[in-house]
Amino acid sequence: MGYILILVGTVLVNNIVLSQFMGICAFLGVSKQMKSSVGMGAAVIFVMVCAAVITYPIYKLLEHFEITYLKTVAFILVIAMFVQMVEMIIKKLMPPLYKALGIYLPLITTNCAVLGVTITNVDESYNIAQSVVNAFGTGVGFTLALLLFSGVRSRINDSKLPETFKGVPATLIAASIVSLSFMGFSGLI
Amino acid sequence: MSDNTHGAMHEFVKGIIKENPVLVGLLGMCPTLAITTQAFNGIGMGLATTFVLVCSNIVISMLKKVIPGTVRLPCFIVIIAGFVTLIEFLMKGYLPEMYSELGIFLSLITVNCIILGRAEAFASKNTVIHSALDGLGMGLGFTLALFFMASIREIVGSGTWLAGTKFMIEIPWVHDNPTLIFIMPAGGFFVLGCLIAVINKLAKRKPPKEISCENCPNAAACSGKESCEAAAAK
Repeated sequence: MGYILILVGTVLVNNIVLSQFMGICAFLGVSKQMKSSVGMGAAVIFVMVCAAVITYPIYKLLEHFEITYLKTVAFILVIAMFVQMVEMIIKKLMPPLYKALGIYLPLITTNCAVLGVTITNVDESYNIAQSVVNAFGTGVGFTLALLLFSGVRSRINDSKLPETFKGVPATLIAASIVSLSFMGFSGLI
Repeated sequence: MSDNTHGAMHEFVKGIIKENPVLVGLLGMCPTLAITTQAFNGIGMGLATTFVLVCSNIVISMLKKVIPGTVRLPCFIVIIAGFVTLIEFLMKGYLPEMYSELGIFLSLITVNCIILGRAEAFASKNTVIHSALDGLGMGLGFTLALFFMASIREIVGSGTWLAGTKFMIEIPWVHDNPTLIFIMPAGGFFVLGCLIAVINKLAKRKPPKEISCENCPNAAACSGKESCEAAAAK
């Protein structure tokens, strides 16, 4: 039951993009087309889950030596190394997968949502299973927001707007309305 | 000499308005949207980021010849994360209330696009003094944008200004009937959208901005223009 709560909470109620404001750069940058949204979303889910699995023992190690204040440094370094490694491995072994996810991978290192998930896992003192569920749910929430928003955006592109609002301002205001609709989920938990 | 001082002055001033990282460069959106519910938080976040930006710019420009090109990004991130840990300690010690208000976003300064962007686009190519001034200017521009946006959201959304300090002002009438939506997530997107539209309107006759992540598929990497181009070339 606890796992379902975490899942619903991260996907809908506390959506990482629309109510926690993490990964906005990727959200605004990649949501232009449905296809790239799917690719980016899949890459983010993958990296988030793996990052959650890897950072768990590392935090235990930091706890053992009583240097938990180094978690930011340790986590970001591990995530950066991991992303680079995955990129090299799938480039060599799985070219079709690399074609689908490859271009998004290097961009994920500096996506604050990934570091955010690992730090939330630590702050909430989740165990390993809860961490994985939390990371998976957050990734799915990110993908959902990206997909929904790419649909909204294609409608904006077709509509007539005042010159000053073209581009980013209109996108942000549309994001505000999508975020408003996600507030409807706030009673679920 | 005068040319040199002029150049240094330019590096400092450009970040504040002309190349404002948030409103013109469209970088560092996450903290801009997340913590701007109170003006005081905006100042705190802005100054913390400025501190990290100045320190990391100085260190990176000093080490620019030592760091090998291929692994420069991880090196930059570690330097930045080090200073973020430092500011976390300082804030926990001296401003514990603000530390809990800013929460996770204090750690997330590490992956703030502005800092990595300046490291990549400026500090790794310029002298120490220019990099420090560039960091200071960009940081103050960021602080100014956060403070401005947080003021709007706080005044309309909760009817106070600078709450949490001794200068707190209560806005009559609005304080009793606040428009709560402005301090909710949806309000953040809305206010930022309107602010950027106003800036677009004001800057209409100026030349187009240099660094723009708006049309850039690599915006998520947010490491400034050059690295975007390099990534696109791949």
